[in-house]
Amino acid sequence: MTKNYLTEENFAKLHEVIESHKDMQGPLMPILHEAQHIFGAIPLEVQKTISEKMNVPLAEIYGVVTFYSQFTLEPKGEYLISICLGTACYVRGAQQLIDKVVEMTGVGVGKTSLDGKYSIEATRCIGACGLAPVLTVNEDVYGRLVVADIPGIIQKYNG
Amino acid sequence: MDFYRAHVLVCGGTGCVSSGSLTIEEMFNQALKERSLDKEVKVVRTGCFGLCEAGPICIVYPEGSFYSRVEQKDVERIVDEHLLKGRIVKDLLFVDKAADVTEIETSINNVTFYKKQKRVVLQNCGVINPEVIEEYIAFDGYQALGKALTQMKPEDVINEIKRSGLRGRGGGGFPTGLKWEFTRKSKGDIKYVACNADEGDPGAFMDRSVLEGDPHAVIEAMALAAYAIGAEKGYVYIRAEYPIAVKRLGIAIAQAKEMGLLGERIFDTDFNFDMEIRLGAGAFVCGEETALIASIEGERGMPRPKPPFPAEKGIFGKPTVINNVETYASVPQIILKGADWFTSFGTEKSPGTKVFALGGKINNTGLVEIPMGTSLREVIYDIGGGIPNDRQFKAVQTGGPSGGCLTVDHLDTPIDFDTLTALGSMMGSGGMIVVDDTNCMVDFARFFLDFTVDESCGKCVPCREGTKRMLEILERITSGTGTMADLDQLEELAYTIKDSSLCGLGQTAPNPVLSTLKYFKDEYLAHVVDKKCPAGMCQDLLSIVILDEGCIGCTACKRVCPVDAISGEVKQQHVIDQAICIKCGACIPKCPKKVIVKQ
Repeated sequence: MTKNYLTEENFAKLHEVIESHKDMQGPLMPILHEAQHIFGAIPLEVQKTISEKMNVPLAEIYGVVTFYSQFTLEPKGEYLISICLGTACYVRGAQQLIDKVVEMTGVGVGKTSLDGKYSIEATRCIGACGLAPVLTVNEDVYGRLVVADIPGIIQKYNG
Repeated sequence: MDFYRAHVLVCGGTGCVSSGSLTIEEMFNQALKERSLDKEVKVVRTGCFGLCEAGPICIVYPEGSFYSRVEQKDVERIVDEHLLKGRIVKDLLFVDKAADVTEIETSINNVTFYKKQKRVVLQNCGVINPEVIEEYIAFDGYQALGKALTQMKPEDVINEIKRSGLRGRGGGGFPTGLKWEFTRKSKGDIKYVACNADEGDPGAFMDRSVLEGDPHAVIEAMALAAYAIGAEKGYVYIRAEYPIAVKRLGIAIAQAKEMGLLGERIFDTDFNFDMEIRLGAGAFVCGEETALIASIEGERGMPRPKPPFPAEKGIFGKPTVINNVETYASVPQIILKGADWFTSFGTEKSPGTKVFALGGKINNTGLVEIPMGTSLREVIYDIGGGIPNDRQFKAVQTGGPSGGCLTVDHLDTPIDFDTLTALGSMMGSGGMIVVDDTNCMVDFARFFLDFTVDESCGKCVPCREGTKRMLEILERITSGTGTMADLDQLEELAYTIKDSSLCGLGQTAPNPVLSTLKYFKDEYLAHVVDKKCPAGMCQDLLSIVILDEGCIGCTACKRVCPVDAISGEVKQQHVIDQAICIKCGACIPKCPKKVIVKQ
C-alpha cells in the first residue's frame, strides 16, 4: 500500500486513546485493538509510541502483537477475502474454495497482493455455519458456495 | 402501551444477518408503513431461532407462521396476503421434511425441529428483542437477582447452584457451585467474576447466539455469581470475531447500568457490581482459563500451570470465578425456579439441558437445546432432519479439536458428560459436526491437527513440537507416502502429548486422531497399505478415469483439460493419461454422461 497511514492525525488519536486508558487495569489489549482500528495495522512505529507512552518494553508489546492472529504488522489489502475454514465449512468443501481463490488472484493465503488490492485469509469459524461453506469480502458475506461461484465473486471486485 | 395485532419477528442472529435478514427487516418496516399498517403490526429483531439452515427466518404472530429462506421479493407478498388479508402464504412456509410432507405445518410450534427440544438457556432467543431491557424484564428478567439480593444469603445462592448439579458448559464439566464455593472461601479483599465467551471451537456458536439473543441473562448471572463469591467487578472476555454479540452485550450493559441493575447499591442493598467487556484477538488458546486471564492482563495469551487455580489466584492475582456463557445463562432460572426444577431435566449426573451447534452434513444446520441424556439418533435424525442428499451417516465429531468422533454404533447412546468421555470423545462446548461417507476420516483428523498446530501457543514442548510431528505424519498418510511404522508412532506421540502437555489444549489435541484410529482404523490402513482413499477425498490418492461404458466421444472433457491429458477421437471412447493428469477435476462436471469419476 502506497497510502500513508502513519499520519500525525492518527498519532494524535492514538495519544488520546492511551490517555483515556491510563486508569484501566490491564489496558494493553484494548489499546492495541484501538490502534489497529486507527491505523489499520500495528507497525513498529506505532508499537514504539505505545511503548514510550505506557512505559512498557517494546519487546513485550511486539510479543503481544505477534501472538494474536488478529493483530497485523502490515495493513491489509483493499479487499480482504476471508474464506471460513471452520469445521462445518471444511467438511462442506471450503478447501476447494481457497484453492480456487488463490488460483484466480495469484495471492497466497495470509498474503497481500503487491498492488494492495487483495488480501487472502483463511479464517476460523465466523459462525455462519448454516450457510457453509462461506467466504466474506470485507463486509459482504457469500454463503452456500460451490467452486463455480468464485469467478463471479472475484469479478465483482476486479472492476 | 401500544397494542399491536400482529408481530413479525425477524432473526437478527449472525447466520440470518449474513444471508440478508436486516434488509428484509427494513423492507417489512417500509412495506408496512406504505400500507399504514405500522401502527397495527410491529417488526421485532430477535436473537437466533436456531434453525439457521432455513435463514433468513421470519415468524409472524399470533399464528406463529414460520417463513423460511425469506427473500426480498417475498416481503410484499407476506405483508399483502398475511398481514393485510389474513391469509398465510403457504408456499413460503418452512417445509418440515421430518413430518408428513403432505401436511404443511402453519405454526412453528408443530415443527419437528423444535418439538423434541427443551429451551432453557435459549428460552428468550428468538422471542425477545435483545436490545430492549424491558423485554427481558417482562420475561422475569432480573427477578432472580432481586430474589437473591433481598431474600438469600450468598451461601444460599451457592447451595442452590450446588444442589442443581449444574456443570460447566464450556467443556470441562466441573460442578459450578463447587467452583463458586472455593472462590468464596479463598482469602482476598478483591475478587473477580469472569465470563469466558472466547468460543473458539470452529463450528460451535451457542455462546455467540446466547449473547446475541439474550445478553441480559449473562449479565444477571454474573451479578449473581459476584454476590455469591463477594466480588464487585466482572469481565466478559469475548471473541472480536463476534461483532454483533459484542455490540448487543455493550448495549445491554449500558441499559442495565441506566436502570440501576449494575452499579452501586443494586436493589437498594449494599451490593455493588460493575462489568467490562474485553475483546480477544483471535487466539484459540485464550479459551483456556489461565490463558484468558493472561490475555485480560494484557499479556500473550499463554496458559499458566495449575495449581494455583483461578479460584485462588486469577485475574490480577485475585481469586476469580470463570464460567462459560451457557453456564451463566442457566443460573438465573435455577435461582428463580429452584434447583429441583433444574434437576427435573437431564440425567442424574448431568442435570439440565445442553445447547449443541449442529453443522456439517446435516439437513437442519442450527442450534438445538436438548435435555441431557437425549440420544444421538434423536438429535441427528429427528431434530437434525438426517443427512442431505440421502448420503450415509458416517460419524459425528463432538467437542471440536479437543473431542473425538462417534459412529453409527453410538447413535443410541444417551448424550451426557460422562458417556461421551467414556467413548473417547467429550462434550466440549457443544459443537456437533456431522460427516457422511464422502468425508475422509484421516483427512478429518489432519484438519483438526492442522488447527491445533496453528493455535498451539508454543509454551510447552509436547504441544508445540509433538502436534507438529503428528501433523507431518498425517500429511504423509493422506498423500500416500505413509508407512505402518508411521501409524505406531502416531499413536505413541498422541499418548505422550496427552500426558505431558501443560494445558487443556495440548492434553486434548490428540483426541481426534486417537478416536479416528480407534473407530476408523480401516481407513488409515487403506491409505497406508492400499494407497487408496475410500471416501475419495485425498487428492494425491485419487485418479480420475473415464468409465469404459457410457462415453459418447463428445470431446467436452478433452477441450477443457489444461494439460492435454485426454485423448480420443470424436464419437470414440476417450482415455485419460494418468502420467500427465494433474487431477484438477475440470473435466468431471463437463461430461454430459457423467462417466468421468474419481477412483
